This record gives sequence, C-alpha cells and structure tokens, in this order.
Amino acid sequence: MTTLIIISVLPIILLYLGLYKVQKALLPVTIIGLLIALGAAVAQWNDNAVPIYSGMMLFNNFSVAFSVVSIVSTILILLLSKGYFEKISNHIAEYYAIILFSLAGIIVMVSYHNLVMMFIGIEIMSVSLYILAGIRKSDFASNEAALKYFLMGAFSTGFLLFGIALIYGSSGSFDLDTIREWVVTHPRNIDPMFYTGILLIIVGLCFKVGAAPFHFWTPDVYEGAPSLITLFMSTVVKVAGFAAFLRLFAACFSTIAAFWTPVLLAITIATLFIGNITALYQQSFKRMMAFSSISHAGYLLFAIVALGAGSANSIFVYATAYSIASIIAFGALILVRQQTGSDNFEGFNGLAKKNPFLALVLTVSMLSLAGIPLTAGFIGKFFMFSGVLAQYNTWLVIVAVVNAIISIFYYFRVIIAMYFRTAERAEVEVPAYYKFVLGFSAIATIVIGIYPSFISTLI
Amino acid sequence: MTVSILLFLPVLAALLVLLVKNEAAKHAALFFAVIELGLAGYFLAGFVPDASVQYGLDLPWIPQMGVYFKAGIDGISMVMVLLTTLLVPLIILTTYKHEYKNAKAFYALILFMQAGLLTVFTALDGFLFYVGWEAALIPIYFICALWGGENRIRINIKFFIYTFAGSLFMLLGIIYLYLQTPNKLYDINGFYNLSLTLTQQSWVFWAFFIAFAIKMPLFPFHTWQPDTYTEAPSAGTMMLSGIMLKMGIYGVIRWLIPNAPAGFLQWQNLVMILSVIGVVYASLIAFKQTDGKRLVAYSSIAHVGLIAAGIFAWTTQGVQGAMIQMLSHGINVVGMFFIWDIISRRLNTRDISQMGGIAKVAPNFSIAFLIILLGTVALPLTNGFVGEFLLLKGVFNYNIWFAAIAGLTIIFGAVYMLRMYKNVMQGEANELTLTFTDIAGSEKLVLGIICVLIIAIGVYPQPILHISEAAVTNLVNTVSAKFNNGGF
Repeated sequence: MTTLIIISVLPIILLYLGLYKVQKALLPVTIIGLLIALGAAVAQWNDNAVPIYSGMMLFNNFSVAFSVVSIVSTILILLLSKGYFEKISNHIAEYYAIILFSLAGIIVMVSYHNLVMMFIGIEIMSVSLYILAGIRKSDFASNEAALKYFLMGAFSTGFLLFGIALIYGSSGSFDLDTIREWVVTHPRNIDPMFYTGILLIIVGLCFKVGAAPFHFWTPDVYEGAPSLITLFMSTVVKVAGFAAFLRLFAACFSTIAAFWTPVLLAITIATLFIGNITALYQQSFKRMMAFSSISHAGYLLFAIVALGAGSANSIFVYATAYSIASIIAFGALILVRQQTGSDNFEGFNGLAKKNPFLALVLTVSMLSLAGIPLTAGFIGKFFMFSGVLAQYNTWLVIVAVVNAIISIFYYFRVIIAMYFRTAERAEVEVPAYYKFVLGFSAIATIVIGIYPSFISTLI
Repeated sequence: MTVSILLFLPVLAALLVLLVKNEAAKHAALFFAVIELGLAGYFLAGFVPDASVQYGLDLPWIPQMGVYFKAGIDGISMVMVLLTTLLVPLIILTTYKHEYKNAKAFYALILFMQAGLLTVFTALDGFLFYVGWEAALIPIYFICALWGGENRIRINIKFFIYTFAGSLFMLLGIIYLYLQTPNKLYDINGFYNLSLTLTQQSWVFWAFFIAFAIKMPLFPFHTWQPDTYTEAPSAGTMMLSGIMLKMGIYGVIRWLIPNAPAGFLQWQNLVMILSVIGVVYASLIAFKQTDGKRLVAYSSIAHVGLIAAGIFAWTTQGVQGAMIQMLSHGINVVGMFFIWDIISRRLNTRDISQMGGIAKVAPNFSIAFLIILLGTVALPLTNGFVGEFLLLKGVFNYNIWFAAIAGLTIIFGAVYMLRMYKNVMQGEANELTLTFTDIAGSEKLVLGIICVLIIAIGVYPQPILHISEAAVTNLVNTVSAKFNNGGF
C-alpha cells in the first residue's frame, strides 16, 4: 500500500516542481521517488498479506512481483526519456506526472481484490495513456493515435463494465473471494448471465492487452505515439494487463475453465498468427515491434489458457524478459531515428561497423524476443510451452512453434541489416544514460537466460 | 575433476580472445584450443572404458522445473569429445593464412561454438542438451553470415530457420518426455525408464528425428546443406561438416532410439530407406558437380547417409562403426575442405574443369590430397575403411539389399573422388595452375597431422573402438532388450 501512496503523491510533487520551473530536478526526483516506492514494495515481500480496506486490495507476493517489474521498467524508460520530452514540448513536468499516474493505476491493477478496484485501476491507467499517446500536439499521427485509442478504449471499457455488472448480478458481489465461493457452491446451476459476463470481461481485457481480434488499435497507436510512450504501452501497460487478467481468472473462474478455455484458445491462436504474419510484411521497425507485441500477447495468453499453479510464474518470467528486450529495442530505435529520421529497417544498415555496442545489445534483444536459448526470452517461452504441454494442449504448442519460427524472419532482419548490410553512415551518438540502460538490460537478459532460478522461483 | 572444466574453458577462452588484438587473436585461440585438447587427453588418460559415466557433474539449475546441470562422459561421449577437441585446433590452424576482418570476433565465435558442441556431447539432462544444441547454432550462423560468400544472407537465414525449426520440435519432445516422468526431471535416465504407448513414442520419435535429420542432414531434409557449405568461410564449413553434423548422429544414438524404441521400430524401415536414398542420391549429384567444395559437400551427405543407416540398423557393430566413422569422417572432411581452401585461395576458383597438372608443381600437396582422398573413399588401411566396413556389416544384418545399395557409396565415392583428383592434379599444368605454389608452414603441419591420423587410425583402430565399445554394447543391448518386448 505504501508503494501506491508514494506513486500517487509523487506526481503531485512533480507538478509543483514544474510550476516553479525546476526542470532539472524533475528526473532525479522521479527516479528517487520510484526507488523508494520500489523499496516499499520489496519490503512487503512474504508479508502474509490479507485483503485490506474491506477486501478492496490485496498486496500479496503476486502484486509485489508485478509492481517491482512495472516500477523497474518505468525507471529504465524514464532514464531513456532524459532530453526526450524537452524536444516535444515545454510542459515536461506534466508528462512525468501523467506517466506516474498511469503507473499508479497499474499498481492498482496488479493488486486489486475487488472488481471495482480492477476497473478503477484500468481506468486510471487508460485515461493517462490517452493523453500520453497525443502529447505531440501538432503531430497528426500522434493525434490520430490518441483519438483512436480513446474511442476504442472507451468502447472496450463499456464491455468490461457490462461484464462486471453481469457477474455482480449473478453472484451478488464484486469481491474476488465471494465470487469464487459462489462459483464453487453453484457448480450445476450457474446462470447464462454469469457466463455472458465472463465473455464480456474477456473482450474488455483482450482489448487492453492487444490480443486479436481486438488488436486493431495497436499498430496505429503504437506507431503514432512517441516512441517512449509506445515503449511504455507495450511493456509496462501490457504486463499489468496480463497480471490483472490472470489475477481475475485464477481467483474466480479457474473451476469453470472448461467454459472459457475454448474461447481463449481461439483468441490465442488468432493473436499469434495475426501478430506474426503481419509483422513479416512491415518495412518499419516500429510497426514491426507493434505487431510482434501482439504475437507476444499471444504467448502470454498461454499462461491463462493453461491456468495452473505455475501460471503466475510463467507470466512473470515471460513479461520480464519481454519488457527488458523491448526497452533495448526501442532505446536503440530512438537513437537510430534521431540520426536517420526514419523508423525503417534500412536505418539500421551497417550499424555494427560504427556502433558495435548498440548493435550487440540490439542483437541480444532480438535473440531474446525470438526465444533463442541463453537469453531470457527463451526461458519465458520454455515456461509457457511447458505449462501448455502439461495440460496436453499439444496442438497449441505446435502452433506456437510454427509462430516462433516465423518470428525468426523479422527479428533477424534487424540483425542482418546491422551486421551484413552496408551503408554509408556516421556513428550514432549514444549518451551515457542510454549506455547504462541498454547495457543493464542486455546483461539482465543474458543473466536471466543463463540462470533463471533467481526470478523464476519468486511467485 | 569434472566435465565442467571442459565445458567452461572454451567460454572463458572466447571472452579472453575478445580482449586481445585482432592480429594476436588466432594465436590466442589456438593456444586455448590446444589446452582444451590437452585437457581432453588428460580426461582420456584417466578414463576407464567401461559403460559407466565418468567425470560426472550434477548441479541444480532450475530445480523447480526439474532442470539440472547434469553432464558426464561415457565411452560414446569420450569419442565425441576427442573429435571436437582434436578438430578445433586443427581448424584454427587452417585459418592461419587467412586474414579475417575483425578476427577476434571470428575466433571467439569458434571457441564459443566449441563450448556448445561439447555441451551437446556430454549433456545428461534434456534441457542442457537443448541449450547446448542452440548454443552451437548461433555462433556458426554468425560465422557463416559475417565471413561467408556472396549469397550468405539469404542462404544462412534459410540454414538458421531450417535447423531452428527442427530443434524447436525436439524441444517439444524433450518437454513432453519430462512431463511423463514420475519425478518430473529432465534426467536422461528417467527418460530411458519411461514406458510410453506406441502413439506417444511415435510422436516423440518424430519430434527428435526431424531435428536430427535436418542437422545431419538426411535426405530429404538436406536442401540447406550444399549452399550453406559452399558459401561459408572454409573454417565455418569445417566446423559444420567436421563436428556439427555429428550432433545429429550423436543425438540419434543417445536421445532418439533409446527414448522411443517402439516408435523407432515402427518407423525403422522408413528411416533406413531415407538414409539409403540419401547415399545414392547425393553420390549421383556429386558426379555432376564442377565446384570442388560443392562436390565435397554432396559426398558428405552420402557418407552421413551411410552412418545413419548403420545406426538405424541398431547392432553393436553398426553403432561402433558409426562411432569410429564419425571421428574418421570429421578428420577426412576437414582435410578435404582444407585442400579446397588451399586450391581456391591460390587459383581464385573452385571450378574443377579449369584445373589440371597441379601434382607436377606441388608434389607435397598432391601426396596429402591423395592420402585424404583415399581415406575418404575408404581404402583398406585408411581410417575410412574401418568405419564403413562395420557400418555396412550392421546394415547387412538388417537387410542384405539395403547393404548392397548403401555399399554403392564406396564405388560411387571412389569414382567421383578419383575423377576429381585426376582433373585437378594430373595431366598437364595449364596457365592457371602453373603458378600453384606447394604447401608450406601451417598448411604442411595441418595436412601432415591429418595424413598421419588417417593412416594411424586405419592401421590400428583398436584403441578408438575400445573407448566406446563397452558403452555402445551396453546401450545397444538395453534398447534391443526392449525391442524384443516390442519396444516397451
């Protein structure tokens, strides 16, 4: 709870700092504040948590683990933002504040114990994101992204809320424990209203995590939004979405999995194929990352399809691996774009000659996203595959393998461009804090890939 | 002393090589490769050739998933370790006359790949085996794609996707076996003790078979191989053909047949036929090649087909033949590709039809070429003969007709190899070949070592056969006992 309070108060302090024009202090204050919040989260580890505030919130190990991932990713992303927002506008304090408000929503999303809190968390996060997607006020693409995201988001919120209402109508409660008890005690006579509620909630949540066929907003929004915001959306926000998804389904609906598993199975397979095959045809690195993030949503859905004791762990490991790899990819993209002015693959041609470090870390990132052993991405896929195979969903895993093979084509395109194609180019300047973030992420990717035990036994 | 030191030294060496200057990289790499060879020799000296696993190592890695860092050396692994540690320094020596751009990365990748290969050959845990398998693939992809020929980008992505696809299915097979074990471990002994139904075993069989068949490669999974071999830098080709393809063969012996005996019995005939077709098919294509390196690439498919057939016959003799033939083929094919590396570096072409008469201007070279060639075509008293003889005997026990057809490889091989020799080396020297200088320095050393090995193993193969004999007999008998029971 301390974590949430710190992250909620921090943006208000930042707004005051902005008011008094202390621009230089913004980033340090944010980072220090987040580090304190991180410490507060870690302090709650193994704290025998019980639901607090009349069962509204529950800060168990699950919440702590996902809060930590979200906060660490946010810190890394904000470090990359040094000097980034200044170029876009004068009101930087507001951007930091909005990102932190969004993070506060995310903390609620990973620690709710009541459907109302889940909804509030999702809304706090989403409303902040609608603004962030449009922070380039004079840029058409950014405006389009914000408007599209807002309209589609509002629409999906409706589904989610309707679903929650139907669940409440049948079970008579918003509380996760009470709903679970109701499901367990009424095994034979669950009314259709409850099932409809589950389906509507699936629609709402699938929209938030960008799973097909509710993914249509993703590419345009990801492409139109500034790269750092895209990075924030495709990592922290997506991970929180899955944490919320899993928390609800593991807590309430696990005993009636036979009903919703086929629905999610279809969604998963569609998500994998649509994400991967569309990513193949992209010329823009950023758009490729957008579609590949859809396919990663497909892999993350595995843990919910094969709901079991290991699901939280699988999502945690996969999400961590995916987040740090994405941070590298977008960090490199921002640097390359500053030099070449385009998001296309050609912009990476010959990068290895002039910037061996940048090329190396981006290679690690691509190998991790592709799921090659000795990187964190492989461990994530390994956990997912094991979980699904344990449920005897052999065909789903075969589909996943086919998709993993397809993904090699587009991830290796970047590697091929950097190492094997030549282009006249100058050295890309890599600022020190970029070096730190990219280097740290690359090392973390390899360390998790070689010795995953220290994060894979957490939850 | 455990096998860990053998596995981690190359990784450490790779990192250290990255720290030295480009000019010194090859010396540093050779230094570490020779130390690794010395270590292998030390391991061999203390090795007791019974069926037990020695120098074992078993550390928790991801215990909650049943993954342990479990490795060790038995007779079968020992031969593979020898093959790897012997060939890597030789391959590094063959590059001494090359000046590679960014040489330290090149040699670091070779050493890193060696670590992956040794992991594959010593792993006793399914997960570790898979990790080693892929850890060997990534470096060779970069070696081939960074320092390769003109079409390297397209060809190598094909190669990578082909092999990666195969290995992912193998990963599924490994996870599947793990889920069936009662105590949820990736331990290979647990896999051996499973009794799965025929359907289950058939699935497992195919999951592993595709990965191994692509790696070897077996017909019809071979289409990546000639292009990749031809476009790779010569050291890359040697790593691929000398050592890496043995991963597939070793996998069949250790992971495919013992893990799914009933599945194997079910499909034994089919895979035998595929192997035999591969032998004949590759030999016929080799006839038509005018590019020397490509010819050797196809001849390698033919040889591997015979090794596969010998293993699929699953007799002690056949598998023993495969063991010694893996070593011999590794030595011979490295020699053969080095011969072509020398020729193409001097003449800037590999077109056989433009050559002739090199024997007159380069006598030492021609002797070395001839000895390697005789080893390749399995003349008695060369190393190739022992292996091919045992392999054919194994196939003969299975089916006389398969043996007769597979035996054609010896005749075909003799024809296209000797014809190649005639066209390249004999006759009158022409404008192109008159300038050919004889081998010297490191070239002489490498070819000398290879020739000595060819003849030594050919004359007295017993020590090598002895290393793996007990382990092979034990494995073959255990699995054959299951065969008598229908494979369960």
